[in-house]
Amino acid sequence: MAILFYLFAALAVLGGLLMVSLRNPLSGAFSLILSLVSLAGLFAMLQAEFVFILQVLVYAGAIMVLIIFTIMLLNLNKDELAEPPVGWMRLIFTALVCAVAAFGAIRVFGDITPVQMEPAPDFGSIEGVGRLMLSDFLYPFEVISLILLVAVVGVVLLAKKVI
Amino acid sequence: MTPNWVDFAIIGGKAIFIWGFALSLLPVLIWFERKGAAFIQDRAGPNRAAVFGIRLAGLIHNIADVVKLLMKEMMIPPQVNRTYFMIAPVLGFTFILTAFAVIPWADRFLVAGRDISMQVADLNAGILFILAVTSLNVYGIVLAGWSSNNKFALMGGLRSTAQMISYEIPLGLALVGIFMVFQTVQLNEIVRGQGDLLWGFLPRWGIVVQPLGAILFIVAAFAETNRNPFDLPEGESEIVAGYHVEYSGMRFALFYMGEYAAIVLSAAMITTLFFGGWQIPWFPTESIVANAHAWLKVMLAGGALGALAFAVLMFAWSKRIHGAFGDRRENEGAILFALHAVIGVVLAYLFVESLGMSSIPEWGARTVALVAQISAFAVKTIFWCWVFIWVRGSLPRFRYDQLMRLGWKNMIPLSFVNILLTGIVLVLMGG
Amino acid sequence: MGEVTLNHYLYLSAILFFIGAFGVLFRQNLLVILMSVELMLNAVNLSFIAFARHSAGTMDGHVIAFFVMALAAAEAGIGLAILVMLFRNRTTVQAGDLTLMRD
Repeated sequence: MAILFYLFAALAVLGGLLMVSLRNPLSGAFSLILSLVSLAGLFAMLQAEFVFILQVLVYAGAIMVLIIFTIMLLNLNKDELAEPPVGWMRLIFTALVCAVAAFGAIRVFGDITPVQMEPAPDFGSIEGVGRLMLSDFLYPFEVISLILLVAVVGVVLLAKKVI
Repeated sequence: MTPNWVDFAIIGGKAIFIWGFALSLLPVLIWFERKGAAFIQDRAGPNRAAVFGIRLAGLIHNIADVVKLLMKEMMIPPQVNRTYFMIAPVLGFTFILTAFAVIPWADRFLVAGRDISMQVADLNAGILFILAVTSLNVYGIVLAGWSSNNKFALMGGLRSTAQMISYEIPLGLALVGIFMVFQTVQLNEIVRGQGDLLWGFLPRWGIVVQPLGAILFIVAAFAETNRNPFDLPEGESEIVAGYHVEYSGMRFALFYMGEYAAIVLSAAMITTLFFGGWQIPWFPTESIVANAHAWLKVMLAGGALGALAFAVLMFAWSKRIHGAFGDRRENEGAILFALHAVIGVVLAYLFVESLGMSSIPEWGARTVALVAQISAFAVKTIFWCWVFIWVRGSLPRFRYDQLMRLGWKNMIPLSFVNILLTGIVLVLMGG
Repeated sequence: MGEVTLNHYLYLSAILFFIGAFGVLFRQNLLVILMSVELMLNAVNLSFIAFARHSAGTMDGHVIAFFVMALAAAEAGIGLAILVMLFRNRTTVQAGDLTLMRD
C-alpha cells in the first residue's frame, strides 16, 4: 500500500509541477489530468469510492474536457502563447513564498495525530454518501444546485453575442 | 489477506474471456458493416478475397485488411506533435477495453465450494465505473485531432468533445431511472432484478419498466460511440475524415478497432441494462439448473438441427456454383457442407446418447446454465451490434446545430421527465 | 517507506496546494491560472477525504468534496466563458495584457 501511495503522490506532484511550468496550455492540461487521475487513485486508497468515481467522471471526464475544448477553440498560436518576460527575481520570490508557506503548512500538519478507527462497512459507498447528502447536508445540497443553475444562466448570458 | 493463485487464475481467465469476447466480435462487426450495408443497399458486398478458395461470404476480407494495415507505412506527417500523435490511438482503445471489466455475462457460478461472479471486477460503483472510464475515451479523439495540426482534424476533435460532453448528461440521467427501479448500481444486481416477472408473465426487463429511459439511453449511446447518425467528428463529406485524417497503417486501425470496441461495449451495456443481460426470459438460473438435462437435450438437438440445415443449404449452394468460376472457389460449398455435416452428425449422436440421461451432476448442471446464459448474453449483444450497423445504413447524418438541439433541448428535459415519472410511479406503487 | 498515515496525505495536500498557488501567482496565461485553481481545489479535497477516513470516521468529508467538485465545475464553466469573451474582444489570454483599468 505504501508503494502505491508514493507512486500516486509522485505522479500527482509531477503532474502539478509540469502543469505550472509548461508553456503550452494543452500540455499543461494533460499534466493536470495525470495529477487528477493520481489523486483519484489516492481517493480509492482512502476508501472513498464515490468520490473516486466522481473525480474521474466529473474532473477528468468533464471539467478537463471543457478546458481542453476551450484551448482547442481558441487555438492559440506561438505569438499568443508567448508570455511576457518575467524577471528571475519574481520567479525566485514567488517560489520562495510558496515553498515557505508549504513548509509552514507541513509543520502544522505534522502536529496532527490521526485517530485509529475502523470505518463502517458502507464507508464511502454511493448509498452512504447519498443518504448523508440528502439528510444532514440537505440545505447545502440545494444551495449547490442553485449555484449550478446560476452558473448555467451566467455562462449562457456571457457567451451570447447579442442579448 | 493473501490472495492465492487460484483466485488470480480465475480473475485472469475472466479477463481473458471478456476481452476475447469483445475482440473477437470486432471482425464480425467489420463483416456486418460491409455485408450488412451491402444488404441494405441491395448490392453484393465484398466477395473476392479468398484463402484456398474459401471466402466465408466476405469474412476472409478481414484477414486481407489486417495484412494490408500491418504492411502499410505508419506515416508521421512533419507538422504533427509527435508524442501526442503516437499516444492518441492507444488511449482511444485502452479505456474502452478497461470498461469491459464490470460487464457481467452470466449468473454466479458455484463450483467446488467457490462462488465465482461472472464479471471481472464486481465493483460497488458498477455502472458508474463504465461511465467514468468511457468519459476518458474522448481524450484519444481530442489528442488525435489537436496533434495532427490540421484544421479538419481539429474540427473533428472539437466536434467530438462538444458531442461527448453533451450526450454524457442524458446517458447518465437515463440511468437514474434504472437505479431507482432496481435500487442498485451494481450491474450484476441489476441483471438479477430483471429476472422477475411483471404481472406474472412479462419479464421485468429494463425496456419494460423504463421504456423512455431505454430510448434515451440507446440514442445517447449512439452519440457516445460517434456512430451514425452522430458521426460528425469524422463526417467524411464535410471534414474529410475528421480526427484521424492524418493517420495511416496500424494507428488508423487502432482508431477503427476502438470505435468497434465502443460499439460492442454499448451493445453489451444496452443488453445488460435494458434487455435482461444474461437472463433467459421466463427461465431463472435455478430452474435451468434443476432441469439441466432437458436443457442439454434441447441445446444439442437445436445445434444438430441448425448445423444439418446449414449443411443442406451449403449442399444446394455447392451444386449451384459448380462450374461457375473455374477455380478453387467452387470447392467452398462442398467444404462447408462437409464441415457442418460432421458437426451436425456429432451433435446428433451426442443428443441420442443424452436421451437416456435423466439427471446430471451439480457441476454439469451449473455448466449447462452457464453456457445457456453466456449464449443469451452473446445473442443479445450481437443483435444490438447489428442494430448499430442497421441504423448506419438507414439514417442520414445530423447537422451540427440539430445535434446540439436534440441533445440539450430534447433529450435532457425528457430524461428529467423520465426521472420524475419513475419517482411518481414508484411512490404510487408503494415502492 | 513505512506505514502511510493521515499526515502523509496532508503533506501531499499541502505540497499540491502550494504548487497550484505558485501557478496562480506566477503564470500569466489565464488558462493555466484557471487550471492551477483546479489543482488547489483538488488538494483541499484530498485533505477532506483523508480526514474523513483517518480522523472523523463519518462521511462528511466526502459530501464536502462533492460540493467542492460541483463548485469547481461551475467555476470552470464561468471562468472559461469569461475567457472566451475576453479573447474575442482583446485577442489575448495573458493576465499581464489586461491593464485597461490601470492605464
